[in-house]
Amino acid sequence: MSASNETAPDHVDEERRDFIHIAAIAATAGGAGLVAYPFVDQMNAAGDTKAASSLEVDISKIPLGGEIRVLIGGKPFFLRHRTAEEIAAAVNTDPSKMMDPETDQERLVPLPDGTYNPAILVTSGACTHLGCVPVGPAQGSVGDYGGWYCPCHGSHYDTSGRIRKGPAPSNLPIPDYEWVTPAVVKISL
Amino acid sequence: MKLFRPLLVGLGAIALGLSAHAAGGAKHAHAPEGGWDFAKVPAGQLDKDSVQRGFQVYKEVCASCHGMKLLSYRNLGEKGGPFYSDEYPNANDNPMVKAIAAEFEILDPNPDENGDPVYRPAIPADTFREPYPNAQAAMAANGGAMPPDLSVITKARGHGNEGDGASYVYSLLTGYKDDKIKTKPGDDGLNVNYIEFNDGDKVGTLVQPTGLYYNPYFAGDTTPQWDGDPRHAPYGGFLAMAPQLPDGRVEYIDGTEATTSQMAKDVAQFLQWAGDPKQGQRKSLALPTMIYLVLLAILLWFSYKRIWRDVAH
Amino acid sequence: MSGHESTYKPETGFTKWLDSRLPIIRLAHDSFVDFPTPKNLNYWYTFGGILAVCLAIQIITGVVLAMHYTADINQAFGSVERIMRDVPYGWLIRNIHMVGASMFFLAVYVHMFRGLYYGSYKAPREVLWLLGCVIYLLMMATAFLGYMLPWGQMSLHGANVIINLFGAIPLVGESIQSWLMGGPSVGNQTLQRFFSLHYLLPFMIAGVVILHIWALHVPGNNNPTGIEVQETEKDTVPFHPYYTVKDGFAIVVFLIIFAAFVFYAPNVLGHADNYIEANPLVTPAHIVPEWYLLPFYAILRAITFNIGPMDAKLLGVIAMFGSIAVLFLLPWLDTSKVKSMRYRPVAKQFFMLFVVVCLLLGWCGASNPDNAIVSMGEDKLVVNYTDAAGLEGTRVFEEYTPAAQFRDAQRDGGGVAAIAIQKAPAFTFKTLSQILTAYYFAFFLIILPVLGLRERPKGEPDSIHQSVLGQDAPAAAPAE
Repeated sequence: MSASNETAPDHVDEERRDFIHIAAIAATAGGAGLVAYPFVDQMNAAGDTKAASSLEVDISKIPLGGEIRVLIGGKPFFLRHRTAEEIAAAVNTDPSKMMDPETDQERLVPLPDGTYNPAILVTSGACTHLGCVPVGPAQGSVGDYGGWYCPCHGSHYDTSGRIRKGPAPSNLPIPDYEWVTPAVVKISL
Repeated sequence: MKLFRPLLVGLGAIALGLSAHAAGGAKHAHAPEGGWDFAKVPAGQLDKDSVQRGFQVYKEVCASCHGMKLLSYRNLGEKGGPFYSDEYPNANDNPMVKAIAAEFEILDPNPDENGDPVYRPAIPADTFREPYPNAQAAMAANGGAMPPDLSVITKARGHGNEGDGASYVYSLLTGYKDDKIKTKPGDDGLNVNYIEFNDGDKVGTLVQPTGLYYNPYFAGDTTPQWDGDPRHAPYGGFLAMAPQLPDGRVEYIDGTEATTSQMAKDVAQFLQWAGDPKQGQRKSLALPTMIYLVLLAILLWFSYKRIWRDVAH
Repeated sequence: MSGHESTYKPETGFTKWLDSRLPIIRLAHDSFVDFPTPKNLNYWYTFGGILAVCLAIQIITGVVLAMHYTADINQAFGSVERIMRDVPYGWLIRNIHMVGASMFFLAVYVHMFRGLYYGSYKAPREVLWLLGCVIYLLMMATAFLGYMLPWGQMSLHGANVIINLFGAIPLVGESIQSWLMGGPSVGNQTLQRFFSLHYLLPFMIAGVVILHIWALHVPGNNNPTGIEVQETEKDTVPFHPYYTVKDGFAIVVFLIIFAAFVFYAPNVLGHADNYIEANPLVTPAHIVPEWYLLPFYAILRAITFNIGPMDAKLLGVIAMFGSIAVLFLLPWLDTSKVKSMRYRPVAKQFFMLFVVVCLLLGWCGASNPDNAIVSMGEDKLVVNYTDAAGLEGTRVFEEYTPAAQFRDAQRDGGGVAAIAIQKAPAFTFKTLSQILTAYYFAFFLIILPVLGLRERPKGEPDSIHQSVLGQDAPAAAPAE
C-alpha cells in the first residue's frame, strides 16, 4: 500500500468497508456483553450458601404457649406451639375485616396424611413493614392481639401471625415447609 | 499441555528455570498409559465413571487417614461431580448423595439445647468427615507423620500443568517397590527391610527405615540409607504411608477389575476433580471463548487493513 | 491533557452547555480521537493500550474477588478455594486475576524494553519515563502484596523473606521489619494490612497512569525513528480510528494468549506449593518469587561477599533496589543524542545482549545458586578416615569399588571411615548470576554513558514521512 493508491472508493467498496467495521464493533460489543454475565452472576448466592438454605426442626420440644426461633441462611423463623385459646382466637375471628384477609387454616401446611396440626404455627420472623424481628411470648410482649408485636414501628400480629394493627402491609409470610414426621418440620428458603 | 510448550518457550529462560528448580531428587511423575483425557486440549473432560470409582477408593481406603476438609457431600452431586444427575439439579435432593452422606456420622456444629455435642448422620450440606479431631491426633496415629489433606493435593504437586498433580498421585501409588523388598535379621535382632538395586550406575542396597516406605516419586534423600556409590543413590525418598492399593483392595460396584494401576488411576482422577470441581465448566467454556477471540481478531485485522489502506506507514 | 490545538466543536445545545462548564468531552476528543499520532508506530507500541486493558481487568476482577475473600489467616485459604468452588463463576474470575498478574508483567516488560530500544526516555520525555518507573514499582508492590492473600506456603514464606530484606538496613532495619509486620512475625495483622494495601495500590497505579498519559500527550508519542514530528500533516494520523483499530487488534491477540492460560493452564505460571495452606513451622524446599520478579531475586542472591563494613545481605539488598533505582536515572545516563537504537548499530548489540541477560537472570533466580550449569570433570569420592592408631586422613577415588574397599579395609583394621562426594569444580548459577548482574549495572552505568559519546550513528532519516516512504537518507550526524 502506498499513498498513490488514493483514489475515490466506489460505492460497493464503501459498503464493504462499513460492513467490516460494523461487524467488528458488533462482535466486540457482543463479547463484552457476554463477559459481563459472570461478573453479575457472581453476586448470586454461592453453592455453600444455597446448601445451607433448609433446616429440619424438632417441634416436640416447643413449650405450650411458647415458641422457638430458628435462623435459616441468616433469616429468622418462628415456630409457635399455640394454646387452645390462641387457636380459638385465631380461628374464630372473621378475617374479612382484616388488612390482609386469610383464614387460619390457609396459614397451615397439612401433614402428609392431609390432616392439620393447628397447634403448630410456622411463620417468617421478619415484620412485613421494614424487616424488624417482632417480639413474642418469650420477650413478654405479644401486642394487642396476642401474637407478636413489632417494636420498631408498632405493628400488631395476632396468634395466626396476621397483621391487625400498625403500618405493616401484610401478614407474616408462611415459609415453604413440609412435615417430615409428625414431630419434625423441614423449612426451606 | 503440548500446545503450551511454544508459549512457554516464548517466556524463554523463565520456563526453563521453573522446571529446573523443582526437579529435586524424585523421579519425574508420569500419567498412566494413554495420558489423562481431562488434560487434552481443546476440551478434554474428566471420566465420570472413573471419578465415581475413585471416590469409592477414597472412601474405603484413603479416608481413614486423609481428610478433605474443603469438600462437602453435596459437591458429589453438583454439576461436574461424580454423582450429578439431571433429575436432581439441587444436589441436596439427590438420593445417591443423601445416601452417601448418611453413611458418615459427624459431630453437629451446633450442640443440643443442653450444650452437649450431638452426633448425627451427615446431610449433603455437611463437609466431609475428618478422620481425626485435630492435627495432634492425626500425627499420634501415624507415627508422627501428618497425613496431608487431599482437597487440593492435585494442585499442590507438580508444576501447574493440567494433569501434573494427578500424575504424581498415580505414580506415587503405583511406584512402591514392595515386590522387591527383602528381609534379613538386623544387628539388634529385629528384621531389616532392604531393596537391592542393580540398574546401570545404581548398584547397592537401600535399607528401609522402620515405619517408612521407599518410593522413587516421593521427594527426599536416599543417600543416608544407601550403601552403594553415593553419586548414584536411587531417586526418591521414604514416606510414612505404606503401599495401600494391592490388587483387589476394593471391590468396585461397577464390576471393574480393581488392579493397583486401575485404583491409582481412578483415585487420581477423583482427586483431580476434587482439587478443581469447576474444571468441567472451565473446559466447556474454553473452546467457544478461543473461537470467539480468534474470529474477533480476524475481523479487526480486516477492519485495520481497510482503515490504513491509504496511509503509508 | 494534550499539547496540540483542540479541534473539538460542540454541536448540540447540551454539548455546548457542558463544554463551557466541564470540557470533558473536549478532553476525551483531543486525547483519544483527534490526537495526532506518528503514522509509523509498530506493534511494539500497542503495549500501552494492552497495559491499560490489563489494569482494568485486574481492578474489575479484584473488586469482585474482594466481595468473597476473607482476610483472616484461618479462613483466607478456604475463602479463596470457596471462590473456586462455590461462588458462581468465581473460578473464572479468580483465574483471570491470577493469570492477569503475569500477563500484566509480561506486557509491562515488553513496554519497557520498547521504550529502552527506541529511546523513549530521552528529552522531552524524561518525566514520562519516570512516571512509568513509578507505575512499575507500584505494580511490583501490588503483586507482592496480592501473592500473600491466598495464605499458601509461598505466600507466607515469600512475604517473610521479602520483609526480612528490610532487616538488612543498618540501625533501623529491625524496627522497620516489625513495623511492616505489625508484630514479631508475619501473622494475621500482616495479612489484614496487606489486603488493605493490595486494594489501595491499584487505584494509585490508575492515578499515576493518568499522569503518564498526560506526560505522553504533551510532547506526543515517540516513534521507531526517534525523530520528532515535524509536519503534522505528513507525519501523523489521528489516533482514532487509526490507532484505536490497531491497538484493538493487538489487544485481542493478547487476549487470545491470556485466555489460553486462563482456560488451559491457569496454574502453570504460579507455584504448586501455594496450594498448601501456610504453615509457619515448615518452610518449602524452594522459595522462589513469581516469575516476573525472578531477575531481581537473582541479583539479590548474586551478592555473596562482604565489602568493608557492609555484609553480603545488605549489599544484596542494595544491589536489588539499585537495579530498579538505576532505571530512574536512565534519562541522564544515556548520553547519545540519537533516540532510536535503529540507528545506533553498536548500542543495538548491547541492547540485545541486555535482553538476554535479563532473561538469564530470571533463569538464575529460579535455580538453586549452588547447582552446576556446567561441571568441569566428574564428581569424585573422598574417604575420610581415622585409623586404629588415631591418625586422620583423606583419600580421593574416581571409582566406587576401590573407595569402598579402602573404607572397608580401614573399618576392618579398627578405624572409622566414611565416603563423601567431592563435587567437581563447576560453573554454578551463582557465578552466572554474578556475571549477569555485573553486565546489568554496566549496561546502565558504563555502556550507555560512554557509548553515547563515542558511537557513530548510521542511517538516520530526516523525517518520519521520509522514513515511511523508504527514502532513508544516510546521515552521518544526528538530524536535530
